[in-house]
Amino acid sequence: MPADAVIEARAARKVFRTGQQTVVALNDVSIAIRKGEFFTLLGPSGCGKTTLLRLIAGFETPSSGQILLNGNDITDAPPNLRPVNTVFQSYALFPHLTVRQNVGFGLQMQGVAASEITDKVKRALSLVRLEDLADRKPQQLSGGQQQRVALARALAPSPEVLLLDEPLSALDLKLRKEMQSELKRLQHELGITFIFVTHDQEEALTMSDRIGVMSKGSLLQIGAPREIYNHPVNRFVADFIGETNLIPAEVRNAKATIVRNVSIPVDPASPEGAHTLAVRPEHVRIVPVSGDVPLTAKVGESVYFGTDSHIQLLLADGTEIIARHQNEATGGEVPPPGTEVGVAFAPGAVQVLED
Amino acid sequence: MARRDFSASRIPGFATVAILVFCALYAPIVILVAYSFNVGDSIAIWEGFSFRWYPIAWNNEQVREVTMRSLTVATIAALIATTVATLAALGTTRRRKTRGQTFIYLMINQPLMVPEIVTAVALLIFFASIKVATGYQGLAYLIAAHTAFCIPFAYLPIRARLEGMDTTLETAAADLYATHWQTFRFVTLPLLMPGIIAGLMLAFVTSLDDVVITLFVKSAGQDTLPTYMLAKIRRSVSAEVNAISTLLLLLTVVLLTAFFLLTRKRE
Repeated sequence: MPADAVIEARAARKVFRTGQQTVVALNDVSIAIRKGEFFTLLGPSGCGKTTLLRLIAGFETPSSGQILLNGNDITDAPPNLRPVNTVFQSYALFPHLTVRQNVGFGLQMQGVAASEITDKVKRALSLVRLEDLADRKPQQLSGGQQQRVALARALAPSPEVLLLDEPLSALDLKLRKEMQSELKRLQHELGITFIFVTHDQEEALTMSDRIGVMSKGSLLQIGAPREIYNHPVNRFVADFIGETNLIPAEVRNAKATIVRNVSIPVDPASPEGAHTLAVRPEHVRIVPVSGDVPLTAKVGESVYFGTDSHIQLLLADGTEIIARHQNEATGGEVPPPGTEVGVAFAPGAVQVLED
Repeated sequence: MARRDFSASRIPGFATVAILVFCALYAPIVILVAYSFNVGDSIAIWEGFSFRWYPIAWNNEQVREVTMRSLTVATIAALIATTVATLAALGTTRRRKTRGQTFIYLMINQPLMVPEIVTAVALLIFFASIKVATGYQGLAYLIAAHTAFCIPFAYLPIRARLEGMDTTLETAAADLYATHWQTFRFVTLPLLMPGIIAGLMLAFVTSLDDVVITLFVKSAGQDTLPTYMLAKIRRSVSAEVNAISTLLLLLTVVLLTAFFLLTRKRE
C-alpha cells in the first residue's frame, strides 16, 4: 500500500439484495486516501459514493474486499471502534441533548474525564464559532447552525478521518459558499483527513485536493481537480464535471477528422479510431472566416448568463457545439444567428476520450 | 371566485353530526357524574345537591379493599406488560425486516383480536388445572392474566414511537463510540420515553377497568373495583357507584393531563 495512505479500500464490493433483486452498489473499488488530504467522492445519486463512505465508517460491511486504516484491516470492526467520525446529511443531532451535550457525546462514550470533556467541547465549539449557543437544544438552531454543531460533534473526539456525507446539500446557496470556505479552513487548521461526498461538481472542484469520480458503483478517475477537469478519462467524467462539447471524430496519426476533410491536431499519444472529442465551451473560439481556419459553423441561439454568454454553433454535419463567450463591458460582440463564422480550439484543449 | 381547499366543515349536516356524536360520547358520563352528587338514593330522580356519597364510598371497608386490589394488580401488570412490550417493540423495529414480520405483529396483538370471553374461558380452564396442581390461590393469576392482555396496549404506542424515530440518530451514536448498550441507554431510551409512558398508562387504565377476564379468573374474595361495582349494582342500585365511577374518571383525567404535560415539556 502507499506509505502515506490513512484509509485504503481494496476491491471493496457491496451487493444489496431486496427480495428478488440484487443491486451492485459498489463494484470492486480500490482507493487509497492520503493522510491530511481533502478527498472528495463525486458522482450522481446512486453511484455508490455514500455506500463507500458507510463502509469506511463501519455502518456497512463489504460483501467482499477490505477496508484498511493506517494499514490495519478494519473491515469487520464496528463503527464505535473506528477513529473515524461522520457528519451526516441530515445532521442527526440528538434532539434531547443540548448543543454542549451533543458535542461532548463522543468523548463521554470514550470515557474521557469530565474536565477534559469540558475543555475539548469548548474548543470544538469555538472552532465553529458557536460558544454562545452551547446550552440550546438543536431544534432551536437554524439549519446552518445545526450544521456547525454536527461538525463540532464529529471533530470533538479528534478523529483520524472525518467523513462528510453531502453535508451542505440542505443549505441555501449563500450559506453553502460560506460553509465551503469554513470547511476548507478547518481542514487546513486541524490537518485531519476529510473524505467529502457530494454530487455537486463545483463544490468538488473548489474544495478538494483530490477527487474520485464515481458512476454506477465504479471509480472512474482519481486526480486533482485541474487534472480531472482538463484531462477527463472518459465521456462520463467529461460530461459530469463542468460543461463539455462532445464531438464524434475519426483519429489517425495525431489528427482528428471532425467533418468532411476538416481535421485538427490532437495529442500524438491519443488512441486511434472512432472516438469522441471533448472540448470545454470556454476553449471554443469564434473567429472570422479565413483560409487559415478549416472549421466553419453557423451561429444559432445564444443565451445570456451575466458574466458570459453561451453561443450555439452548428457544424456542417449538424453537430452542435457551445462556445462560452466572456461578456465585455462594451457588449454587443455576440454574432447574430445565421452568421457564418470560423471555429478554433485553444491549444491543448481537445481531449480524445476512450469511450 | 377564488378556489379554496377542501374543508369537511362545509359538508351539509357537519355540525349536526358532530354535536350528536359528542352527545352520545359525553351525555351518559355527565349524567353519571351529576347523580353522584344527588342527595337521595335514586340514580334517576334528582333530589338536590350533596357530597354525601363520597364519604359513604370512602368509609366502606369493602370499597377500599377492592380499590387497593385493583391498583395493585393494575400497577404490577402495567409495569410487566410495558417492559415486555418495550422489548417486543425493539425486537420488531430494530432488526432486519424478515418475511414473517406481519405475522409477528399479529401474534403480539392477539389479545386485541381474540374475543375477550374466549380468552377468559381459556384462562379459567388453564388456571384451574394449575390451582389444582399447586394449591396456590393468590393474586398472581389475576396479575398474569392482566399482564397478558395489557401487552398490546403498551406495545402499540411504543412501536409507533420507535418507527417514527430517525434511526440515523442511533447510527450517529455508534459512530461516536457508543456501544450497543450505550446507544440504547443514552439515545434510544430517552427518545422512547414518551412512548413508554403512554404505553404504561394505557396498560394501567386497561387493567384497571377489566371485568370479563377478571370475573372468570379471580378466586373467591378477589373482587376488583369493577367486579365489585357490578355485583353491587346487581343487588341494589345506589349512587355510591356513581361516586366511585366519578373518582375513577378523575384519576384517568389526571393521568392523561400528566402525560400531556410531561411529553409537551420534552418536545
